[in-house]
Amino acid sequence: MVPVSGRRRVVPRWVRRTVGPVALVVLWQVLSATGVLEGDILASPGTIAATAGDLVSDGTLPSAMLVSLQRVAVGLVLGGVAGVVLALVSGLSRLGEDLVDATVQMLRSIPWVGVIPLFIIWLGIGEAPKIALISLGVAFHLYLNVYAGIRGVDAQLVEAGTSLGLSRWGLIRHVVLPGALPGAMTGLRYSLATAWLALVFGEQVNADDGLGFLMNQAREFFRTDVIVVCLVVYAILGLIADFLVRTLERLLLQWRPTFTGQ
Amino acid sequence: MATDVHGSVTDEEEEIGAVGLRKEQRAVRAASGAAVQVDGLVRAFGGRAVLDELQLDIQTGEFVALLGRSGCGKSTLLKVLAGLDRDIEGEVLVPRRKAVAFQAPRLMPWKRVWRNVLLGLPGRPERDTAVRALEEVGLGHRVDAWPKTLSGGEAQRASLARALVREPDLLLLDEPFGALDALTRIKAQQLVAELWQERGCAVLLVTHDVEEALLLADRALVMEDGRIAYETTVDLPRPREISDPGFGALRARLLERLGVAGAQSTAPAHSPADSSTDRAAEAA
Ligand SMILES: Nc1ncnc2c1ncn2[C@@H]1O[C@H](COP(=O)(O)OP(=O)(O)O)[C@@H](O)[C@H]1O
Ligand SMILES: [Mg+2]
Repeated sequence: MVPVSGRRRVVPRWVRRTVGPVALVVLWQVLSATGVLEGDILASPGTIAATAGDLVSDGTLPSAMLVSLQRVAVGLVLGGVAGVVLALVSGLSRLGEDLVDATVQMLRSIPWVGVIPLFIIWLGIGEAPKIALISLGVAFHLYLNVYAGIRGVDAQLVEAGTSLGLSRWGLIRHVVLPGALPGAMTGLRYSLATAWLALVFGEQVNADDGLGFLMNQAREFFRTDVIVVCLVVYAILGLIADFLVRTLERLLLQWRPTFTGQ
Repeated sequence: MATDVHGSVTDEEEEIGAVGLRKEQRAVRAASGAAVQVDGLVRAFGGRAVLDELQLDIQTGEFVALLGRSGCGKSTLLKVLAGLDRDIEGEVLVPRRKAVAFQAPRLMPWKRVWRNVLLGLPGRPERDTAVRALEEVGLGHRVDAWPKTLSGGEAQRASLARALVREPDLLLLDEPFGALDALTRIKAQQLVAELWQERGCAVLLVTHDVEEALLLADRALVMEDGRIAYETTVDLPRPREISDPGFGALRARLLERLGVAGAQSTAPAHSPADSSTDRAAEAA
């Protein structure tokens, strides 16, 4: 007779999954301490942690974060409004589709990061080109997903709504827009990721404050520790943004069986 | 009085009106006797006439089953009667108040069941209205559920409640039980029979199930080549039993009309005392 739970006591999964990263950091620390990895190439984890502490306590990092967050927020709002409005125009009317969608699909093949030089010529090197770049990335992703969401709404549901006596506006409000919401949320997630990317690119352009400025300045002085701290901050902010979108999704899309979990 | 859906639309001119007015209209319709009048209805897709000079009358309060092979145009006809397809020729008169239940329940997944039931109702209907309708179909315990958490039978009943809460004079059912398992289907059929007897609205039930047609309908139609090719009155006592002697004979005849060979062998012998009457509709 073999017991059904013949499983040996194993190390929990999360412990196993932490081993790799921890080992890497330890190796990194050892290499730095023994002088194999020079500080000019990559600072040691210890130094980075200490630098992070300094940057926070002297207020440099918080104020830089605030400036960068503000850029993302403004770009997100502007780009979000533009993307959603354009998607509604072309998703809900044939005329709008012909006018807007053809144009957007044409511009789609242009890599949006590549327009930075044009933005600098048009808008100078202040806040405007940075925010414009973020807005552009956000608007594109939201447009594509919201438009696809609207067009992907089940025609059978629209027909059912019509048979229930819904007016055109009623159909849009009760059938089309809710049906497009999952697509819109996907778009929001993509556009947030894009917004961070646009921020990193945009802040390489002559910023005099913000995280990008901190990084540029650090580059001049070979402060790899500061650069890594900034990268970690970008990553953490990105994770927080993703968490917020997921929470929003859980709230708005609770009707989807996949979101009832946890 | 039926509303005109003549060719391109001239519907919607009738007042939804107060209950008293509706009663009056009902009386008028009862006098003329017809809930649905269809004459010379043509619907073509890309030059191919799916409905071809179709003729159909349904009396007020009458339960009519529409049979026919898959793809013969049953759903097309139903959509025209529902006012969902206006791209037609011919004359179509239907009541202003009509409701549809489709083969798939077509509930809006983002609205709780009770909100689905009230969707599209004029004015500001109370939640209680939905609760009552849902209790009527035995779904009182699922009022606040999300549609995606309903079983197939429950979703179909919710869809039925959504249709009935509109107090239709004409209820259009497009194979509403087709996707249900056998047991659930029997219950749903009984439910429809009960609700129809309480409400007294005219019903057009599209089905491919001859027994279902005979269990529920006053009259069974067979559609072929874009028109009603055959019809028979189902003059069996209610509640109906499959074991009823007249049942087998009718079933055999309908199956034969539907081109199902060898089906007669299972049916009991035709008795001259068979109370049902049949008449082949002249295909003009
Ligand atoms: N929107 C449409 N466009 C083209 N053909 C259609 C359309 N709707 C239905 N048809 C055709 O009309 C015929 C009848 O369809 P339908 O009414 O759905 O049949 P059924 O009797 O099975 O309900 C089919 O041949 C179908 O392909
Ligand atoms: Mg059909």
